[in-house]
Amino acid sequence: MPEGVSELSREIYNIHMLMLWICLAIAVVTFGAMIVAMIRFRKSRGAVADQKLLHNARLEATWTIIPVLILIGMAIPSVETLVRIEDTSGSGLTVKVTGHQWYWQYEYLGSGVSFYSRLARKSDVARQRGSGVDPATVENYLLDVDKPLIVPTGVKIRLLLTANDVIHAWWVPDFGMKRDAIPGFINEMWISVDADKPGTYRGQCAELCGADHGFMPIVVVTKPKAEFDAWLLSQKQVAGATLAATE
Amino acid sequence: MAHGIAAAGHDDHAHGPPKGIVRWLTTTNHKDIGTMYLVFSLLMFMIGGAFAFVIRSELFQPGLQFVDPAFFNQMTTMHALVMVFGAVMPATVGLANWMIPMQIGAADMALPRMNLFSFWLLAFAFLLLLSTFLMPGGAPASGWTLYPPLVLQTGEAFPLAIFSIHLMGASSIMGAINVIVTVVNMRAPGMTLLKMPLFSWSWLITAYLLIAVMPVFAGAVTMLLTDYYFHTSFFNAAGGGDPVLFQHVFWFFGHPEVYIMILPAFGIVSEIIPTFSRKPIFGYEAMVYAIASIAFLSFIVWAHHMFTVGMPLAGQLFFSLSTMLIAVPTGVKIFNWTATMWRGSLSFEPPMLFALAFLFLFTIGGFSGLMLAIVPADYQYHDTYFVVAHFHYVLVPGSVFALMAAVYYWLPKWTGHMYDMTLAKWHFWLSAIFVNVLFFPQHFLGLAGMPRRIPDYASQFADWNMVSSIGAFGFGLSQLLFIWLIVKCVRGGKRATAGVWDWPHGLEWTVPSPAPYHTFQKAPEIL
Repeated sequence: MPEGVSELSREIYNIHMLMLWICLAIAVVTFGAMIVAMIRFRKSRGAVADQKLLHNARLEATWTIIPVLILIGMAIPSVETLVRIEDTSGSGLTVKVTGHQWYWQYEYLGSGVSFYSRLARKSDVARQRGSGVDPATVENYLLDVDKPLIVPTGVKIRLLLTANDVIHAWWVPDFGMKRDAIPGFINEMWISVDADKPGTYRGQCAELCGADHGFMPIVVVTKPKAEFDAWLLSQKQVAGATLAATE
Repeated sequence: MAHGIAAAGHDDHAHGPPKGIVRWLTTTNHKDIGTMYLVFSLLMFMIGGAFAFVIRSELFQPGLQFVDPAFFNQMTTMHALVMVFGAVMPATVGLANWMIPMQIGAADMALPRMNLFSFWLLAFAFLLLLSTFLMPGGAPASGWTLYPPLVLQTGEAFPLAIFSIHLMGASSIMGAINVIVTVVNMRAPGMTLLKMPLFSWSWLITAYLLIAVMPVFAGAVTMLLTDYYFHTSFFNAAGGGDPVLFQHVFWFFGHPEVYIMILPAFGIVSEIIPTFSRKPIFGYEAMVYAIASIAFLSFIVWAHHMFTVGMPLAGQLFFSLSTMLIAVPTGVKIFNWTATMWRGSLSFEPPMLFALAFLFLFTIGGFSGLMLAIVPADYQYHDTYFVVAHFHYVLVPGSVFALMAAVYYWLPKWTGHMYDMTLAKWHFWLSAIFVNVLFFPQHFLGLAGMPRRIPDYASQFADWNMVSSIGAFGFGLSQLLFIWLIVKCVRGGKRATAGVWDWPHGLEWTVPSPAPYHTFQKAPEIL
């Protein structure tokens, strides 16, 4: 799992690693006991069964209570992080994300800027059956789009997720979060990319949405605030010009 | 009473079953019906395996080589439906038919005609389901979870798939009623509930789960049907419905469903580990209560399959914490099995090998299950190969290995012949190694960011997908050994004794091998 580029994604990563180590520790103890039993109590080594060993109330209570305590220990950090994940207040930018079969649409609310984001042409050619193009020769095969979502770094961004036809799910592993985009409903989530981590981050649709479910990637480019503002302004002008032209 | 005497008189000139195909079409004998269920499930295991073979071949390397994405989705959907409803569930029903009457000292199942009816319903349900490949638009391709609105894009196959699910549900409910009536009414005198073997216990509880949730599933798919044909809007937001409602109803069925597949496996392992440890099960009563509490908890955890749908915080917390609780009774079972081996006298015949592999590998599936219960981490794991790895670990080296252990345990009792032990050990080691080559790398793929149910993937996932596919081919081919072994054993082999094993315990080992067509027509004495 990637550690990711936001405070939340790192927190989630740490919870994941904590869980992994706890499970490994439990595995060492339980698998150890099983292996010891399998070696020490073999009939071929002359082991004789102790048929009176039928139950032991104290032992059974112990291995009921200890797991409960471990579970409580696991639940606490998870609950704390979950509460933070669900708090979408105080965001600096809201983007509406709409899933379509099979591409994404991004809309910067309040600015009139809206565009579609589809699988990049090169990947789309290479992925056809019998295309003759070796996927290994395509850069970012299946993880590239024609027009990425661009967001500023260091700003809490609220995403409003919905869909036009069937359920999709928006997921970029580096941001630590995924959430379903459901037709007729609006889901919320927030991301906040570290101020010092401008870059390109890639993800995919994570809910089966039909034949081309595997071919609607997500690409997010993060830019410093000033650069982003300039980009959004230029997009607004383009949008305005298009509007004027159609009128 | 007069009836009882007449039956006893009839017994004196006992006749065998009719010969040929008529026997199988008309039988009401629990052993024959059990055999039919087991053979049916083996056939479905092969068909479902063939679908898996297509999936893993396509995923062997990046790019689309063999199938189109739409057909790939039909493969994943049908693989799951066939394996869940066609292979694992009927195999457990087959074992219930064979073994429950023999374990509790009953002459047959309580409702023999319904027993036969439920088998043939199941067979026709699958004929219907598999026929959907021939329909315009192909088989269902929405995943076995049948989420709307996607499932409403299914072509002509849609009503057939729904109707086959109705039939499967009806068949399961009848089977469950039969088990409950048999266990509650037909135990031999002196066989109190808390003396009953754990396999029968696990099935009694499974049967209650089936009766509780199968009608819910039938209701959910019926609502899909009316949304599709009669313009209702249960799951359509435009008409005031909600697609997520289906997910809630589906998983209210779906979560108990996964325990329907694992509880009988728990029962099997609880029979086998004591036999080959030459020592009774440790903490018998705790084992019964653990199964019962797992069954109860299965009704209050369903939404952990859908943490990403945007539930309120309180809902997510409830379902996360209740899910974590399941680890407690499951842990009790694992520890009790280990304690059963402790200070025992262990030998490693094929059933024990499979039961031990179950113990280790099911526990691995349990660990990943616990990780999935942690909501923030689940936001990363959800709908990735990590989930695929998790549920295959609990279902393949979990349920399926337990079912194979059961076959190796009881096969001499069924056929009267010992099987080829060397071949069985080959089958075990090849299966145990390849199943890990197949599913362990899928954990890495999921954590690296590969979503599930995609026919093609980005280059960074190529290596582990290839390893996983090699494991799949090895695992699939190893199962041919299993079929060959069973065929060999049915046709002949060393005569099996009544006890078969070194330290047999339970009523089924008091009757000769092969078990006579009618057993326990006079109730056995229970001490």
